[in-house]
Amino acid sequence: MAFSLKGIHVPHRKNTADMSAIRMPAPKTVTLLTAMHIGKPAKPVVKAGDQVFVGTLIAEQDGFISSPVYSSVSGTVKSVADTALSNGKTAPAITIESDGEMTPDESIAVPHVNSKEDFIEAVKKSGIVGLGGAGFPTYVKFATDKKIDTLVINGAECEPYITSDSVTMVDNADDILLAIETADKYFNFDKIVIGIEKNKASAIAKMKELSAKNSKIQVKVLPAIYPQGGEKVLVYHTTGRTIKVGELPADSGCIVCNSSTMANIGKYLQTGMPLAEKVVTVDGGAVKEPKNVIVAIGTPIGEVFDFCGGFNEEPEKVIYGGPMMGVAVPDLTVPVLKQTNALLAFNKKEIKTAKTTACIKCGKCTNSCPFGINPAAIAKAYNNKDAEMLEKLGADICMLCGCCAFICPAKRPLVETNSLAKNMLMAERAKKKEGNA
Amino acid sequence: MENKLHVSFSPHIKSSNSTMRTMLDVIIALVPASIAAVILFGIPALLVIAVCVISAVAGEALFNLAIKKEQTVGDLSAVVTGLILALNLPSNIPLWQAAVGALFAIIIVKGIFGGLGKNIVNPAIAARVFMLIAFGSMTAAVFPEGMDSVSGATPLSDLANDKAVDLMDLFLGKCGGALGETCALALLIGGIYLIVRKVITWHIPVAFIGTTFLFTLALEGGNVETTLAWVLSGGLMIGAFFMATDYVTSPSTAKGKLIFGIGAGVITVLIRFFGGYPEGVSFAILLMNIVNPYIDSLTPRKLFGGKK
Repeated sequence: MAFSLKGIHVPHRKNTADMSAIRMPAPKTVTLLTAMHIGKPAKPVVKAGDQVFVGTLIAEQDGFISSPVYSSVSGTVKSVADTALSNGKTAPAITIESDGEMTPDESIAVPHVNSKEDFIEAVKKSGIVGLGGAGFPTYVKFATDKKIDTLVINGAECEPYITSDSVTMVDNADDILLAIETADKYFNFDKIVIGIEKNKASAIAKMKELSAKNSKIQVKVLPAIYPQGGEKVLVYHTTGRTIKVGELPADSGCIVCNSSTMANIGKYLQTGMPLAEKVVTVDGGAVKEPKNVIVAIGTPIGEVFDFCGGFNEEPEKVIYGGPMMGVAVPDLTVPVLKQTNALLAFNKKEIKTAKTTACIKCGKCTNSCPFGINPAAIAKAYNNKDAEMLEKLGADICMLCGCCAFICPAKRPLVETNSLAKNMLMAERAKKKEGNA
Repeated sequence: MENKLHVSFSPHIKSSNSTMRTMLDVIIALVPASIAAVILFGIPALLVIAVCVISAVAGEALFNLAIKKEQTVGDLSAVVTGLILALNLPSNIPLWQAAVGALFAIIIVKGIFGGLGKNIVNPAIAARVFMLIAFGSMTAAVFPEGMDSVSGATPLSDLANDKAVDLMDLFLGKCGGALGETCALALLIGGIYLIVRKVITWHIPVAFIGTTFLFTLALEGGNVETTLAWVLSGGLMIGAFFMATDYVTSPSTAKGKLIFGIGAGVITVLIRFFGGYPEGVSFAILLMNIVNPYIDSLTPRKLFGGKK
């Protein structure tokens, strides 16, 4: 043990901390992608002209690692058409014209949960995916045959700006408690720990109330060092366990769920209403009134910004998620996804950086890497197309957290080269495997 | 929306640090030593500094022009090289020699290897060693103005001849030597600034100076005062804080830095006590620069959850 996970100090900029989420009025149209999770896209079960309500199944789960999609408004299906995703692939997207009523589907009923199987089935049906941003179908984490003894709840929220998890912890603590206690009933965990960075006082206080109600629940206050909320980082700091490369938390006996994911499971257990809306932090220098907003999934992000007073200046860059790992979007018509926890619009000044220069070998990239890899060496090996060296350097360990590229004085695009190097290494491994078969 | 949004890889915010800011910090850290040099050695010191810095910057600009490379003088690394070289030269050096040294550092040692980040050895040190060999006059000590300079010997040669040296004089720089190496106090202030600004870490200076101290102490039979005199003399302070810590030519990880510092300390003492030259710091760093790639490849950080 005693591996010192490094990391970096990032500016917090939690401007919306302690701003309870406000529900946005029904959008005119929503576009629900069938690929709002890691895994196979869901299969559409509606066609243009169909009448749908809030919570109506519109695309069913397809395969083990997949998740169903439900309508987030009541209205009429306008189209089901392939659309390009941010990763370059295409998947069907369902566009629904809202009638403005937000009428819930009549078939919505509180799920009956009397066994572990029932619980897993309920989480599966809820359409809930990892809401911290990764979008891994949540039920899969519970549907493991590995020996599980620990539940880790991720309330670290280490990305700058984002406060959607912490306001959810404050406003929906009872939902989180219900989800924890229901899961515990069937998994009988030895340990339940909620990890929160120390800069979130109200969330910590609220979660400590839960541990007063249920002594099994521990609250672990963690230093505010990015990337505290990285899954492997959090598991190491809350349980002391090391998740090896290529392994899942379950291999270390852990289930890790984001705090907002747990809150949504709790809500589903009480109402049977599947995941159709989402708390999103809207912030960034170009946004007039930063807020936490409860948004119908599928709402075009431009409308969400409009709800926050629009822009006080032309945004230079708009991203899904936090500034460290978020994805830049090409325009404002793209929809809010299940796993969208923030929408940030930056002005020119905020994203301005110094000029890229040659690498000066300062070593700050490797010395700030939580996992000890050397991004400068990886970039060099990638440029030399040296897959063997990438293997040796452990390029596949990278979680693309961005510490290296943040700290780099030469402003090298290290996350980009790490990502490309990772892909090259994976492709090379696949080729080797094929050759051996 | 008419205006296109900017799309790029994460992270979308970056630290305010930059290559230029890093170099500027090194320059700021060398200001106390430069002021001390001018106080101790007068106008000639100022001239040497000016000639070295101007030659280095002009050399880099012209070299970039000649090979049609993007202009890089804005990163300030040439200023750092020129300044460090100047502080390693005696105040009476003919100015044309100083200019040749600076051009050698920038063009031969750095430029033709590919510029910033690509050089194998520290340009200022390589230039100093080149000048030591090419212009033998460099070894003669120059004394601060107003000091009795009859002996013409540096504290290092006094020490080698078992002559007593005043520790306080050494600490303040009232002794013979190169411009910037004599005043240990000024160098310490600059070194601490670099550590506080996180430009460098403590590893190399502590390992380098610590090893030199302990090894010298053993050779001096436990005489702390004489050992301290050895430590405060010559180019050890400027070498340990400003030259051995050069990013490009020193290891990246803490472990590598300690090995590098210890190695440089051992070589320094071996040259001082058993070698033909009175001073060994430059040679020690130069030799460690050459083995640096091996140290670096042997001392990566441990991978978290990696195969091993």
